[in-house]
Amino acid sequence: MQPTDINNPAYFHKVVDCQKGCPAHTDVPGYIRLIAQGRFTDAYLLNRSTNVFPGILGRVCDRPCEPACRRGRIDEKPVAICRLKRVAADLSGDVADRLPKAPDQKNGKRVAMVGAGCASLAVANDLMPLGYEVVIYEAQDTPGGLMRMNIPSFRLPGEVLDEEIAMIVDMGVDLRLGTKVESMQSLLDEGYDAVFIGSGAPKGKNLDIPGRYDDPDRIHIGIDWLESIAFDHTDSIGENVLIIGVGNTAMDCCRSSLRLGAKSVKVMARKPRSFFKASEWELEDAEEENVEIIVNHSPKNFVIEGGKLVGMTFELMEYDLDDDGRIRDQRVTGETVIPCDDVVLAIGQDNAFPWIERDIGIEFDKWDVPVVDPVTYESDRKGVFFGGDAAFGPKNIIWAVEHGHQAAISIHKHCHGEDVADRLADGMHLSSVKMGIHEWAYSNYFDAAERRLVPHLSLKERFKRLDLEVELGFDAEVAATEVERCLNCDIQTVFTASLCIECDACIDVCPVKCLTMTANGDEADLRTRLTAPAENPEQDLYVSESLPQTARVMVKDEDVCVHCGLCAERCPTAAWDMQKFTLAVPYAIDEKTPPDPAQIAKKWGT
Amino acid sequence: MSFITKPAAVHPRSPKNELGLTIRDYEGGMSTLCAGCGHDSVTGAIVQSVFELSIPPHRMAKLSGIGCSSKTPAYFVRQSHGFNTVHGRMPSVATGANAANSDLWYIGVSGDGDTLSIGLGQFCHAIRRNLNMLYIIENNGVYGLTKGQFSASADLGSKAKKGAENQQPPIDPCRTAISMGAGFVARSFSGDKQQLVPLIKAGLSHKGFAVIDVISPCVTFNDHEGSTKSYEYTRQHFHPALHADYVRPSEEIRTQYNEGEAMPVTLHDGSKIVLRKVAGEYDPTDRASVYSHLERSQQAGEIVTGLLYYNDGLKEMHDVTNVVDQPLSTIDHSVLCPGNDALQALQNVWR
Repeated sequence: MQPTDINNPAYFHKVVDCQKGCPAHTDVPGYIRLIAQGRFTDAYLLNRSTNVFPGILGRVCDRPCEPACRRGRIDEKPVAICRLKRVAADLSGDVADRLPKAPDQKNGKRVAMVGAGCASLAVANDLMPLGYEVVIYEAQDTPGGLMRMNIPSFRLPGEVLDEEIAMIVDMGVDLRLGTKVESMQSLLDEGYDAVFIGSGAPKGKNLDIPGRYDDPDRIHIGIDWLESIAFDHTDSIGENVLIIGVGNTAMDCCRSSLRLGAKSVKVMARKPRSFFKASEWELEDAEEENVEIIVNHSPKNFVIEGGKLVGMTFELMEYDLDDDGRIRDQRVTGETVIPCDDVVLAIGQDNAFPWIERDIGIEFDKWDVPVVDPVTYESDRKGVFFGGDAAFGPKNIIWAVEHGHQAAISIHKHCHGEDVADRLADGMHLSSVKMGIHEWAYSNYFDAAERRLVPHLSLKERFKRLDLEVELGFDAEVAATEVERCLNCDIQTVFTASLCIECDACIDVCPVKCLTMTANGDEADLRTRLTAPAENPEQDLYVSESLPQTARVMVKDEDVCVHCGLCAERCPTAAWDMQKFTLAVPYAIDEKTPPDPAQIAKKWGT
Repeated sequence: MSFITKPAAVHPRSPKNELGLTIRDYEGGMSTLCAGCGHDSVTGAIVQSVFELSIPPHRMAKLSGIGCSSKTPAYFVRQSHGFNTVHGRMPSVATGANAANSDLWYIGVSGDGDTLSIGLGQFCHAIRRNLNMLYIIENNGVYGLTKGQFSASADLGSKAKKGAENQQPPIDPCRTAISMGAGFVARSFSGDKQQLVPLIKAGLSHKGFAVIDVISPCVTFNDHEGSTKSYEYTRQHFHPALHADYVRPSEEIRTQYNEGEAMPVTLHDGSKIVLRKVAGEYDPTDRASVYSHLERSQQAGEIVTGLLYYNDGLKEMHDVTNVVDQPLSTIDHSVLCPGNDALQALQNVWR
């Protein structure tokens, strides 16, 4: 193999699994160390600099960082990253003075946004400090979009939403509530310099089977029903409720049903559990509330008696799975009727753009979804950008935030007559964390503690009101234990081949045997010759230049390195060093002056 | 040395041996030797060897004398028996232990000072007794613990850290051992585990006294230019005479050897050492030619390594003294020491 190019930010970025897994590249180990130091306000602001909504995301993020977390590969349970983010938000002091501010002197550019959800707000967050005049059109009477309408308040309290939205709107955003955009053409006619569409995926999928329209008041579309709860239009439901579908919306629907008076709630899944779309923790939370999840039941028809919904007929399914867990064959083995008073359909959602004229230069593909560039977020019409669920269909908040950051860069370039595709590259900074012979500027000790569990409001209390938050969050003490589980994957093992005397000290001391000195070869060959099995091809091998004495190479399998620093501590020549890696992701504000990674590293001092 | 203890984290796919243990189960305490010390690497090789041999930790006894090398038994197989003896007296204690309990795996770790200066007599007599143990000399040519004076194994002309040249001829532990009649004599290098690990496994399995002289550089006092025991010098002057592959009784010989190239030797427990010629003719069973080869190589400044001399036809201590097979430590005391009446009766035989 060629020596690894560690000057390419992509290499060490990939080693920081959580940061790589986060669409917005949140510096997770960085803010975890700030929490460990009790610097909650700094931890909040470091979060906010990338993911914009730490308090919201600390509760309801889809947390792609956690399955990615290296700790999960070592003792099965990843660091409770999301919970720690919430700790930063819950315990943060007043940040008002340290938030970005809009300049008094505007730059004369006007940008319109459609929908006041997470995507538009993220764009506004990045553009306001640059002097833009931002107008957000929102059909509802409150901002927040999906975050307010589709996520129940027992998971995400309104005050948390209000606070973080206000941080953006208070920079001077012209937020026009209750103003539905009916025509893209007329919006364009208003002469904005750029338009951003962040209108989400607001159309819940229907299930058009017999009986669907015979008692329409008892059959609900999930996201519409959640919205009507959020705006107090719905405050009750029948005693027996069936939820169709088993995604995260279904979980919100079943738990909301329990709070509106349902006595028995069943979630009906067509396929086995391994196919569930809902996050594992949302399934757990629902099951804790005695929601029954029934697998292998495929809806056939609604049962109506005397014009009233009394149940649903399901086909009983049987599946043959192949070795990879995919369905090889399926068959219907029978039928059953399950009685119910209400049915909620939570089988997915689509974007819908009835208000965009199809002849104004915005191209739609065969699924009637606008064609959007995956890097610039620009549509086929120059100056019109999409982000969030409106761009590529339903994802989640953290993706919408990243879309917003990228769209903001594009909008800034567009408004200044620059090529939107010509974008700044990621930067990086490495600095040694060596403080003394056995002293490092991070907590290098491996804490064998197990993942902490977050306390919940008791089952007795939580159903009393719809808006009682169930998760109580970690207190500072529990957080102090959980932060020590973080392996500090951003503290990189950096190797200088020319210094190595090939004494084997690092190899002998490595607790997970991730180092090997051996003759070079191609990757597949090298992977068979390493000290410990290197069977995770997703994780890179770090290969050195030829070593001075024997011309072998040092190979590190990044897979399960616990970043304890013992290789560097045992190295007599400092050929191994532990160095803090700072990734500098460019934002719209950096278009003015390119970011200095060293300054970013210094700013947070983690 | 390091201040934190080694993380408890284990590689999730860490191989397990026949006892279901991982290599981590064969480690000991954290080393307090200098970072980069060759001895730590020898420790690593011992850990690997004992793990691969599936030796139950509690069936092993590790002994040492005094010196940097003699600290190292603390760093491997923490659940075994250990004895850190008086300077140079490890062979005596090992003899006593072995006499009492012949059923343990004995490994002694010593240094060039502990073996070739204060303990030279002890070393020689342990060989004469053909004590059933593996004796590892961690040889770095200096007294590291007392700031790097030349030891008895320092080569003529080797330079100390501040430039002084060694004027006294070295004692070669391998030639000494061969001349004393050892049946298993090997030399290796801490920086070459591919060679060292099979040698340790073979040495442990050999019935009788096995000695391995391991060049183990002192990274603090003897790893500079002009030293003949530095990492770099050793690598430049390293001449493997034979490569020894160790094959356990339960394993098959998997490596392919060209005809006439490999020489398998079967040990008492059914395991095999497959000796493979590396360069030229070399017969490790011809004591006189081995001795002269070592003599010539030393004059040429070559460090000859590998299993240098092998003779499995020697009687070990218990055979010579005609002791029962059962370890004495497991025999009831009344049987071992039948009392004054029995003694009187015995003495009467000769009256």
